[in-house]
Amino acid sequence: MNAKTADKIATAVFYAIAGSVILILAFLLGYILISGFPKLTWQFLTTPAKAFTAGGGIGIQLFNSFYLLLLAMLISFPIALGAGIYLNEYAKQNWLTTIIRTAIEILSSLPSVVVGLFGFLLFVVHMKMGFSILSGALALTFFNLPLLTRSIEGSLAAIPNLQREAGLALGLSRWETVTHVILPAAVPSILTGVILSAGRVFGEAAALIYTSGQSAPALNFGDWNPFNISSPLNPMRPAETLAVHIWKINSEGIMPDASAVSAGSSAVLVLAVLLFNFLARWLGRRLYHRLTSATN
Amino acid sequence: MDKIKEKLQQTSQATRSERRGRFISFLALILILVVVIAIFWFVAAKGLATFFQNHISVWDFLSGRTWDPSVKGANGKPEVGALPMIVGSFLITLLSALVATPFAIGTAVFMNEIAPRNGAKILQPVTELLVGIPSVVYGFIGLSVVVPFVRHVFGGSGFGILSGTFVLFVMILPTVTSMTADTLKSVPRYYREASLALGATRWQTIHKVVLRAATPGILTAIVFGMARAFGEALAVQMVVGNATLLPHNLVSPSSTLTSVLTEGIGNTVMGSLQNNALWSLALVLLIMSLFFNVIIRIIGRKGELR
Repeated sequence: MNAKTADKIATAVFYAIAGSVILILAFLLGYILISGFPKLTWQFLTTPAKAFTAGGGIGIQLFNSFYLLLLAMLISFPIALGAGIYLNEYAKQNWLTTIIRTAIEILSSLPSVVVGLFGFLLFVVHMKMGFSILSGALALTFFNLPLLTRSIEGSLAAIPNLQREAGLALGLSRWETVTHVILPAAVPSILTGVILSAGRVFGEAAALIYTSGQSAPALNFGDWNPFNISSPLNPMRPAETLAVHIWKINSEGIMPDASAVSAGSSAVLVLAVLLFNFLARWLGRRLYHRLTSATN
Repeated sequence: MDKIKEKLQQTSQATRSERRGRFISFLALILILVVVIAIFWFVAAKGLATFFQNHISVWDFLSGRTWDPSVKGANGKPEVGALPMIVGSFLITLLSALVATPFAIGTAVFMNEIAPRNGAKILQPVTELLVGIPSVVYGFIGLSVVVPFVRHVFGGSGFGILSGTFVLFVMILPTVTSMTADTLKSVPRYYREASLALGATRWQTIHKVVLRAATPGILTAIVFGMARAFGEALAVQMVVGNATLLPHNLVSPSSTLTSVLTEGIGNTVMGSLQNNALWSLALVLLIMSLFFNVIIRIIGRKGELR
């Protein structure tokens, strides 16, 4: 076999591999969207779930997912921002920085179930917070922190040093340079990172089954006082999210239309991830044009 | 006079805000470090209790074949043999990485070397999107497509290592592919040009130059995928069958460390042996995740030297 035949065979093999991967991926997306699409009615998205009879919706789970996402982001964003700023603007190359970087890397590669178990032990058991949105949000914070920190650090690192020098040359302190010069310039890419990590948090389930719990008590959507037990805003109530719901109804199997409900829920999750992705790209580009004087 | 002197010697507003800002951002960073240490501390304290409080020998735990912590075995000690789960986890991880690797490398090469235009336009966004798909969705598809398929073709219940392998293969494929593609992208263009100028065909260039140069990065991608597969809990738990038995074959129901953990932790009482034994499984998971980390670092360092 000469080199040219080998080249042709190899090219054909690569086409075959890429083709089969495309088929697998297309089947995956197609299956989720096609089997879930008929379920996506307003009624399905807004009514509460039913445990033993068919026809339940995912209203409460959907709300819980968004509320948990919001809380987790509110907690993790300031921490990740601070950590990212310190790592990129202040940290010197020494043993402490090396240890912290290693720790962040380890945290980001921990299995999410371990993070969830830690949250369960610390918040649910030791701090007696019970299965609650707050426990879940804190567990999700741990899960989210390393990635968000690294993405923010990357966004800051992409700002050219000229900007820092300009700020310092104007007599600003380093902190003022960061808050008034570097951060505004980095907003678009920070935002992209935040939205992408939101997509990840939105679909996370393993870290939540033992922190925010596997039950979704009925909510009274007319009551917005966060201290009432049936209020949607109460952070101390147990809250099953959409992703946990899919797992729960499939592994327990008492709901008669479990597979239809999971198909619908999966489609919602995937559409949400899609939406987060597009939003990140679109908003990032849009903001970049607004905040800098870049032209199309 | 003194007033001016005093004013000049005082720290300025800017200095104070600088110090405050620096301190707060440093606190945020230290918080992450504390979280990591706390995770290790808590899980290790709980996981080691099996060995120190309940006096189970580490060897019995790692090599025992029966997992039934509430029953006492022949030697008068509770049956906490974790071997079935350890074998299950490793088998699923290795098999899925073995299946995913050729597909991932092939696709990445296709995206970068053979059809860069279509690759960048279609394959790359799709793989990046699939990286973000929640694992329960993979589990659900596994349950409704893969399990019936395996049952139909290979017999048995359909639940088992094979179904788990299929699900994890599809799950880690996008991750490994996009990481491999990034590595291939970082191979300098003049490597390819030099090889082609020597009269090498495209295939010769790919496997003798590009893949060689990208080997450390590709290995990192594979180990990364394996770490993800090893730690995946819910998608595997849904299709693996959850029988704490040593797998007889690839289609017999079995279990992994993560699947036993997700099922058991809620059904046991804190502080009991049954519960401690589960935490020991979590500790094994933690140590394995560290191990994967170390491997990635070693590969990275070796790759740098060349």
